Amino acid sequence: MNGESIHDNRTAHLLLQFIENNSFIYIEMEDLILLTINLVIIIPLLAAALVPFLHKKNSKIHIGWFIFLIPLTLFILLLRYIPRIANGETLAYTVEWIPTYHINFTAYLDGLSLIFALLITGIGALVTIYSIYYLSSKENLIHFYTYLLLFMGAMLGVVFSDNMMVLYVFWELTSISSFLLIAFWYHRKQSRDGAQKSLLITVTGGIAMLVGFIMLYYMSGTMSVRGVISAVLSFQENPLFIPAMCLILLGAFTKSAQFPFHIWLPTAMEAPTPVSAYLHSATMVKAGIYLVARFTPVFGGEDTWFWLVTSVGLITLFWGSFTAVRQTDLKALLAYSTVSQLGMIMSMFGISSLALNSGFRAESVLFSQAAFAALFHLVNHSTFKGALFMVVGIVDHELGTRDIRRLGGLATLMPITFTIAIVGAFSMAGLPPFNGFLSKEMFFTAVLNAGNAGLSSAIPVVAWVASIFTFVYSMIFVFKTFLGTYKEEKLEHPAHEAPYGMLFSPIVLGSLVVLIFIFPNGLGENLLSPALAGIFPSLAAGENLGVHIALWHGFNTELMMTIGVVLGGILLYMTIRYWKNIYRLFPEHWSFNTLYGNILEQLEVVSRKITDFYMTGYLRDYMVYIYLFFILAVGGMVVFTQSYELEIAENAPISEFEWVVAIVMIIAALSILFAKSRLSAILLNSVLGYGVAIFFVLFRAPDLALTQTVVETVTTVLFLVAYYFLPEWKKEDTRSRSDKVNLAVSIGVGVIFTIIALAVQNGKLFSSISSYFENSYELAGGKNIVNTILSDFRAFDTMLEVVVLLIAGIGVYTLIKVKARKGDTTLEDE
Amino acid sequence: MIEMLLYSAITLYGVAILIALYRIAAGPSLPDRVFALDIVNVNLISGIAIISILLDTKAFLDVILILGILAFIGTISFSKFIERGVIIERKRND
Repeated sequence: MNGESIHDNRTAHLLLQFIENNSFIYIEMEDLILLTINLVIIIPLLAAALVPFLHKKNSKIHIGWFIFLIPLTLFILLLRYIPRIANGETLAYTVEWIPTYHINFTAYLDGLSLIFALLITGIGALVTIYSIYYLSSKENLIHFYTYLLLFMGAMLGVVFSDNMMVLYVFWELTSISSFLLIAFWYHRKQSRDGAQKSLLITVTGGIAMLVGFIMLYYMSGTMSVRGVISAVLSFQENPLFIPAMCLILLGAFTKSAQFPFHIWLPTAMEAPTPVSAYLHSATMVKAGIYLVARFTPVFGGEDTWFWLVTSVGLITLFWGSFTAVRQTDLKALLAYSTVSQLGMIMSMFGISSLALNSGFRAESVLFSQAAFAALFHLVNHSTFKGALFMVVGIVDHELGTRDIRRLGGLATLMPITFTIAIVGAFSMAGLPPFNGFLSKEMFFTAVLNAGNAGLSSAIPVVAWVASIFTFVYSMIFVFKTFLGTYKEEKLEHPAHEAPYGMLFSPIVLGSLVVLIFIFPNGLGENLLSPALAGIFPSLAAGENLGVHIALWHGFNTELMMTIGVVLGGILLYMTIRYWKNIYRLFPEHWSFNTLYGNILEQLEVVSRKITDFYMTGYLRDYMVYIYLFFILAVGGMVVFTQSYELEIAENAPISEFEWVVAIVMIIAALSILFAKSRLSAILLNSVLGYGVAIFFVLFRAPDLALTQTVVETVTTVLFLVAYYFLPEWKKEDTRSRSDKVNLAVSIGVGVIFTIIALAVQNGKLFSSISSYFENSYELAGGKNIVNTILSDFRAFDTMLEVVVLLIAGIGVYTLIKVKARKGDTTLEDE
Repeated sequence: MIEMLLYSAITLYGVAILIALYRIAAGPSLPDRVFALDIVNVNLISGIAIISILLDTKAFLDVILILGILAFIGTISFSKFIERGVIIERKRND
């Protein structure tokens, strides 16, 4: 069965189809296997939900042993796919989730996702064993393994998801579970800070990526990554193409700790060491790499992609290796080393995108092999970096410190740990006979190819210098820790070899480092070549993309560069005390960490300042804002639409009474402003109310006039009731500025209201509906038209008005009656 | 003729209200103001009566009655307020 077999959930239909073609037993197996891809994602998540129950029943056995079975099973399950993947087969299985939005839970298995999945489950199993010995039973193991399984499921979801939205969901789930794991020792401030920082940075990138995905969906009309890849030619000219690329890259760069977003990774080293080994070296930080590899067929044809990915990768490579040398904490050194190696992988993917650039050329295959090197180094890095972190964990666990300045002379006391450290560090430095040597050679080939293609001759130089620093910090890691003088007085516990259970995982990883060096082609042909075919679908058809890795490839430039790295590295390592002062050129407070801290602090300070500036707590200020907004919005609208042309010819004539009452009211209203006492203000206010009542009389509204007089009187009486409790009437000591502002604002509001009220008269668009209500006697049996409207035509309003009065009454009652007794704290005071 | 008389009457009432208003605004003491408000009310009643004649409607007679009652209640409550400081006294001594 070649090509890909897509199965959706119409199982019955599928079964029928298969019965026609094959034997019945074959179908069942086939369906089961396909289902397992989705199950591989779900199983760890389900297990995470079951961890708490597991613990209570089996408190004698360390629960890590039960957890260990899960990644092991998944690993073995996934191993069985290798032959099929090596044949160039790919598998996809869809479970519908939100089909209306094209969001389906599609698990897609090809070479690329299989590499990652094997790393996740394999190293996951090893890390679980290691954690069993690393974490004592006194720790909160339920939390630890729940988070770990959550992370494992999320990470498998990231690499298997074909649907961009589902990919994003799992992506954020990795951020969250990583946040939880970093803050595992949540009582320590550094852990909380590290968790916060990593969450802020990775989620920022994640959101950017989401926006990029939505743009891709908008352009291509499909949520499926494979769909986007096959449709890429149709929307390459879209103006959203480059923004979508940059946003998705932002997500990848933040997750994979690329410059300048690398700062969260060293801080995340506050996590327990198994977490650092698993998440922050082998799996999660490679999610960004995975994303870049996955989207290379989409964006790889663009120059921008090549320059962004390659240059960011190279800068990260150099800056990470350069900064790692100055670290005194072993985990921080490894963190910066991870940053640097991730940059190296990233830059190789950038170079490989040249293969897609400007169509098919002879050297396309040449460039595509950079991606092969990248994938190869990705696997190698996971093996040796995992082992190194575990070594640091052992040192920390057995000796109580991981400060280089307090360590030394452990080689004879911890021989096995020392051996693993040498294997890992030499592989990291790129020395034979370890797998790092092979990938470094291939890296040099890639950068030389890019340099030879006339793109930038700086690329190989930067890569070479960075490799020298890599060599230096690798040597520091081994020799400062394990050689030199033994300083027992500085250690918390005397040095001794770790238990074998703890050593098991690093030994396995260390042996892998050597095994991959000896048999690199097994890995290359079975996993990396199919993955390469997935990254370069356009090339895969015609060419054999596989690279045959030779242990000895003759005396060429790459080997010379490696010899140069070793010689230069030894020279720099020997003279480190003379040139270490160079780091003083970059003082601590110039770092990106400080920038990040300052940004956080300034965000808080500035937003507080802004809030304090306008949230004064004075009602009058808020009224000014509201009225100013009214003036600007409504007044602006009036000016903008030019509706201030007033037509007063059709207005009714104004009678003498109306003039008189209006003048009386104007005088009363103005007098309120200058009233000397509160009582006269109340009286003048009631004059206004009665004036309105007179207007109602004049305009023939007896019901309104009646109600208005009663309500006005009651209001006046209420004012008087309240009067007794009010403070002295005095002029408020406001700033003179606010007086003028108030004057301007009130005049503005009045003018705008008047203009609008007059302008409304102009635009009678249709005749009024009042003629309908004139039939009130026939329709409602009442001669009072106002009352029939209130209680018959539109009684619903009246009902709710009654409810308003009821609520007001209850409110007044509760305010007066329900209050705290003496000595009680009142709610208002809190 | 009648109409002219009515107009002049209502004008005079208006003048009376204006004068009373001046007393409300300027009145040196509170009783002055309350009394002036009472005058305003009474004049309003008369004004509304004349307006109903002019408008030839019975619809506003209710308003006149209500105003009469309210003017009385208003003046009483003001007086009580001036005399006792409160309008509704508490019977209980708690």
